Amino acid sequence: MSIILDHVNYIYEEDTTMAYPALTDVNLVIPDGQFIGLIGHTGSGKSTLVQHLNGLLKPTSGAIYYNGADINDEGYDKKLLRSKVGLVFQYPEHQLFEVDVFSDVCFGPKNLGLDKKEIQLRAYAALKQVGIADEYFYQSPFDLSGGQKRRVAIAGVLAMKPEVLILDEPTAGLDPKGRDEILDQIAKLREETGMTVILVSHSMEDVAKYVDRLIVMNKSRVVFDDTPAAVFAHYEELEQIGLAAPQITYIMQALREKGLSVDTGITTVTEAKEAILKALRG
Amino acid sequence: MGIIKTKDLIFEYIRRDEEGNVEGITRAVDNVSLKIEQGDFVAVLGHNGSGKSTLAKHLNAILYPTEGTVWVDGKDTSDDDKLWEIRQTAGMVFQNPDNQIIGQVVEEDVGFGPENLGVPTKEIWERVEESLKAVGMYEFRKHSPNKLSGGQKQRVSIAGVIAMHPKCIVLDEPTAMLDPKGRKEVIRAVRALNDVERITVILITHYMEEIIYADKVFVMDNGTVAMEGTPREIFSQVEKLKELRLDVPQVTLLAHELKQGGLDLPDGILTKEELVDALMKLKK
Ligand SMILES: Nc1ncnc2c1ncn2[C@@H]1O[C@H](COP(=O)(O)OP(=O)(O)O)[C@@H](O)[C@H]1O
Ligand SMILES: Nc1ncnc2c1ncn2[C@@H]1O[C@H](COP(=O)(O)OP(=O)(O)O)[C@@H](O)[C@H]1O
Ligand SMILES: [Mg+2]
Ligand SMILES: [Mg+2]
Repeated sequence: MSIILDHVNYIYEEDTTMAYPALTDVNLVIPDGQFIGLIGHTGSGKSTLVQHLNGLLKPTSGAIYYNGADINDEGYDKKLLRSKVGLVFQYPEHQLFEVDVFSDVCFGPKNLGLDKKEIQLRAYAALKQVGIADEYFYQSPFDLSGGQKRRVAIAGVLAMKPEVLILDEPTAGLDPKGRDEILDQIAKLREETGMTVILVSHSMEDVAKYVDRLIVMNKSRVVFDDTPAAVFAHYEELEQIGLAAPQITYIMQALREKGLSVDTGITTVTEAKEAILKALRG
Repeated sequence: MGIIKTKDLIFEYIRRDEEGNVEGITRAVDNVSLKIEQGDFVAVLGHNGSGKSTLAKHLNAILYPTEGTVWVDGKDTSDDDKLWEIRQTAGMVFQNPDNQIIGQVVEEDVGFGPENLGVPTKEIWERVEESLKAVGMYEFRKHSPNKLSGGQKQRVSIAGVIAMHPKCIVLDEPTAMLDPKGRKEVIRAVRALNDVERITVILITHYMEEIIYADKVFVMDNGTVAMEGTPREIFSQVEKLKELRLDVPQVTLLAHELKQGGLDLPDGILTKEELVDALMKLKK
């Protein structure tokens, strides 16, 4: 089971003078269960790409297969697809609208036509999964903190029991603890459920810490697709396209230049600590 | 007296129902007394909801104290007659690059502020030029703002503020929505304003690395100032910052972890260079 993108192109406002290619010849295979990071400068096409995966946007040319079926075939059940490939938009809290938190999370499963009992069970489970305590269930979503709102919005997607969870910059604007909490919860969820997670992020440190595959976009094209360590080894090219390596990688390079024998492919604090202690103690 | 001073500042948001009865009160700023010196680069940290934006909005009279007083360049912000002087003294830049620019062309947008102040046309153009140069956006002066990247848009917003010749600029999470390059561009521009033009900078951010060069850091928690000091003093307190839902720069965190792992390193290492030097000393 997988998602396959086959020569996908997408042009905004095709056939006008404003025509703008946002995806150019994108080819990807996304097997079940991977934790994938998607990075790229603003405007590189990340949001456009993820909106293709759940059928919100239709390629100008090329095809997208979900579990072997072309999602843009006539008669393909897009509604079901959207529940299987759950997309949490950028700033999803702007889309909270129900009178209380619990109703808001019920909205998705209700739309799937499930019975009332099942809807409520799912909403309850989803709110627990994102760490929202019972006392908030009947509060207005507008009275929650930024981080809590974000988590309620994520719960709304989780309540549809997606097989693939896509998060478009889920931590933008959150305080450091809020960032860690959300990403830790997603990592834990993925371990428990085995679902595929695609994380769009501007934080090199976050993707280095969490994902096992990193896709890099530049000007509508996929330019790297590899493990984070392998991608970040191209830090000079990344800098040219508006990105960077994690801060830790630069420290390792500087130490190496001064003659300390450490691996310059290291990207996280934990790995760096181990390597430096080992190098110094021999 | 500093460029900004607050004394026993309290601000409460009051929620009312349809009949106007008070439904709830949130005390967002709770007894804050602080002073910011002219020319300083000041950072404000704090978890979501700690009161940073509410405090910031007092500094150019978007909000007025519920209790206490705020002075900007010696002027009490609750003095209505001084409103425009205060807004001109302390300019503000917000988070979202997409809703701060109104002009169709970059230079036109930057000119709006001085135009509203009644600055003569010739001087407006001089100010537009110097402001765009100060943020490294002069070559884009004829461009349409919608075609710019997030970092470029934010720098145009900053130019729009400095064209009003403020003594002080308040930036409320200006980099939160930007990619790494955009963040770097904005921070570089802000530091240059402070170093070269000596404009007082008040930067609110969740990115710890952005403020290691600040002269002073205030950390807010539940409406109060919980910590105050130089970046080195603040970032030496890793555990305390974590309790306040914050973090330290990755360099500092690595140094802290290595210290806990038994290495003899000083507290509050802030830059890559400091860490590398300290480690190489240990190697010998
Ligand atoms: N609705 C739209 N109409 C026209 N152009 C768009 C639209 N949405 C996005 N674009 C353009 O497509 C490009 C890719 O955008 P997007 O996928 O949002 O990038 P990212 O998420 O990487 O920042 C950008 O240049 C953007 O301006
Ligand atoms: N317009 C508003 N109405 C009511 N409460 C608000 C409003 N804006 C902020 N608050 C509340 O005031 C507190 C401080 O918010 P804010 O100053 O925005 O914090 P920060 O900028 O540090 O995230 C929070 O509890 C927040 O929910
Ligand atoms: Mg996007
Ligand atoms: Mg704020």
